[in-house]
Amino acid sequence: MQLGREQMLRAYRQMKIIREFEERSHAEIQTGEIAGFTHLYSGQEAVAVGVCENLTDADYIVSTHRGHGHCIAKGCDVKGMMKEIYGRADGLCKGKGGSMHIADVGKGMLGANGIVGAGAPLAVGAAIAARANGSDAVSIAFSGDGACNQGTTFEAMNMAVVLKAPAIFVFENNHYSEHTGVDYAVGTTGDIASRAEAFGMKVWRGNGCDYFAVDTVMREVLEHVRAGNGPAAVELDTERYFGHFEGDPQRYRGPGELDRIRAERDCLAAFRAKVTEAKLLEHADIDAIDAEVMGLIDEAVAEARAADRPDPANVLTDVYISY
Amino acid sequence: MAIMQLREAINLTLHQEMERDPNVIVLGEDIVGGMGTAGGPEAIGGIWKTTAGLYAKFGDRRVIDTPISESAIIGAAGAALAGKRPVAELMFADFIGVCLDQIWNQMAKFRYMFGGMSRCPAVIRIAYGAGRNAGPQHSQAAYAMMTAIPGLKVVIPSSPAEAKGLLTTAIRDDDPVLFFEPKALYAARGEVPDDEYLIPFGHARMVREGRDATIVTCGQLVDVAAGAADALAQQGVACDVIDLRTTSPLDEEAILDSVEQTGRLIVVDENPPRCGLAADIAGLVADKAFASLRAPIVQVTPPHTPVPFAPELEQAYLPSAARVETAVMRALEYR
Ligand SMILES: Cc1ncc(C[n+]2csc(CCOP(=O)(O)OP(=O)(O)O)c2C)c(N)n1
Repeated sequence: MQLGREQMLRAYRQMKIIREFEERSHAEIQTGEIAGFTHLYSGQEAVAVGVCENLTDADYIVSTHRGHGHCIAKGCDVKGMMKEIYGRADGLCKGKGGSMHIADVGKGMLGANGIVGAGAPLAVGAAIAARANGSDAVSIAFSGDGACNQGTTFEAMNMAVVLKAPAIFVFENNHYSEHTGVDYAVGTTGDIASRAEAFGMKVWRGNGCDYFAVDTVMREVLEHVRAGNGPAAVELDTERYFGHFEGDPQRYRGPGELDRIRAERDCLAAFRAKVTEAKLLEHADIDAIDAEVMGLIDEAVAEARAADRPDPANVLTDVYISY
Repeated sequence: MAIMQLREAINLTLHQEMERDPNVIVLGEDIVGGMGTAGGPEAIGGIWKTTAGLYAKFGDRRVIDTPISESAIIGAAGAALAGKRPVAELMFADFIGVCLDQIWNQMAKFRYMFGGMSRCPAVIRIAYGAGRNAGPQHSQAAYAMMTAIPGLKVVIPSSPAEAKGLLTTAIRDDDPVLFFEPKALYAARGEVPDDEYLIPFGHARMVREGRDATIVTCGQLVDVAAGAADALAQQGVACDVIDLRTTSPLDEEAILDSVEQTGRLIVVDENPPRCGLAADIAGLVADKAFASLRAPIVQVTPPHTPVPFAPELEQAYLPSAARVETAVMRALEYR
């Protein structure tokens, strides 16, 4: 553990914000307040935060349909995000995008994405830009185990290697693509990293439910890529708690599977246990963050509920080709 | 006749056609649902529930749950060249973007560019349409764009019975068919014939009859247009409402006959306006029935924008019954 006290508190707070954001959106979706398709990230917090806490605003990320966690970890305004998923006028994307398309380019967050596999090529593009600028910025493509089966991902990996682009392919293997198991759908018997390896890049594997493991891996990866060695890939083994989308009854899970992973692999509980056992932080430090984050999310939900709905005339704002 | 949902009508058709013809195979993402999981196969039966029960009945040689790889799935049109009748499911019309080469440059062209050596009896079932707050990458209509491609047949059912009749024809057709299912209507109910039922391509359906104006539309907007026609009827304005059923081939005769009677054309389409279906039909009528027109043609489409997410914005985007009524009234201003 190479982290100072402030860094640990910050990392935990970020993970907790994601967890609470998702728990509360889940509850709000049940009430019918939030429309559309929402894919929740709960369970995978250690990945988003472990990756993004090692980045600055100058680095880019491209996210997936399960994007809330990546957005929060990369510094998107949490209240603006909540308003966006409520479809409000001053949501982060003015209600035009919704949950699947949240972006904040100023923060290096180039968008969640409704198209599985679309992110990797975009991330390579941003990596090419970073290199053209002569900066040491990197560009991260988050992909699921399902997305690694798209041709786009293969093309992006090969081109990044050819161009020695500072791209990092982060594969979050949560064992499912929608309702299909990774062993069935990923021909390399569920092993994604070996595919990236075959393209000629250095790969890392890690426990995506352990914040400290993700952090350690990312430090190594970033050192490698920032030094100009070209792209790298990381496969992180993780878990998703909610259904694929909100409303999915998860009938494809085995009996007791969810209870077991929640009990054994929870990244927030593991973080707390680790830092308190090592006497790096007190339970009280963490409880204080929990309470503060609950307050933040309460406010975000209250503000989103009360926020103005978009004026139908705004269907025509940001139209740059008039007809 | 049984009353069932549109998704059930599709499911029934797939069962019946697979039973009838051993060459019919179906494939797509999660169409079995649960492969390789502890819950087991058929835990889901397709995200739209249109493919439920097929795997149990026909097995994994004919019911093929695929990875997320649309290009490879549509490339399975290659199975059609090899003698099968593949029916592939694309979860959302928007994903056409991912596999456009296989649709546009491959399956649409085989028969023609191979000099008639082989045909490509493949069907792609595609869930399409706005109205579910699914945002700009999960709501597009896309059938107009596909209609523009030579070599593709394009079908858009508007009710459970229509879905059965048209899908049966699609599966038995020897050329590539893009079958657009209005996802907003999956749960819509209606009477569906139990037995074999085919609706030929290129024959539109007269949904309402009236002599004052012609409304041409298809898919989920048929109900919207019919609603507008009913409201107009209360005010003494009678409209023909034509459900195209297939945009390729197009039933020119039905459109031209009606316009020759009414002298007024309103085209209602869910695609963006540029180079879209409404403009296409307006062009046809201007070309071939100009002398019958008593008023300018009115096109009712969404604005030239992506589909917005927020419910208020999406409602402003989609053609509504009120907009159709206004359009008819505009055409009636010309005497
Ligand atoms: C091109 C495309 N195909 C299919 C879908 C439908 N879809 C959305 S998410 C998803 C599964 C993605 O699985 P994975 O990449 O493992 O990510 P996870 O959901 O596990 O986070 C699918 C098939 C889509 N959005 N885009």
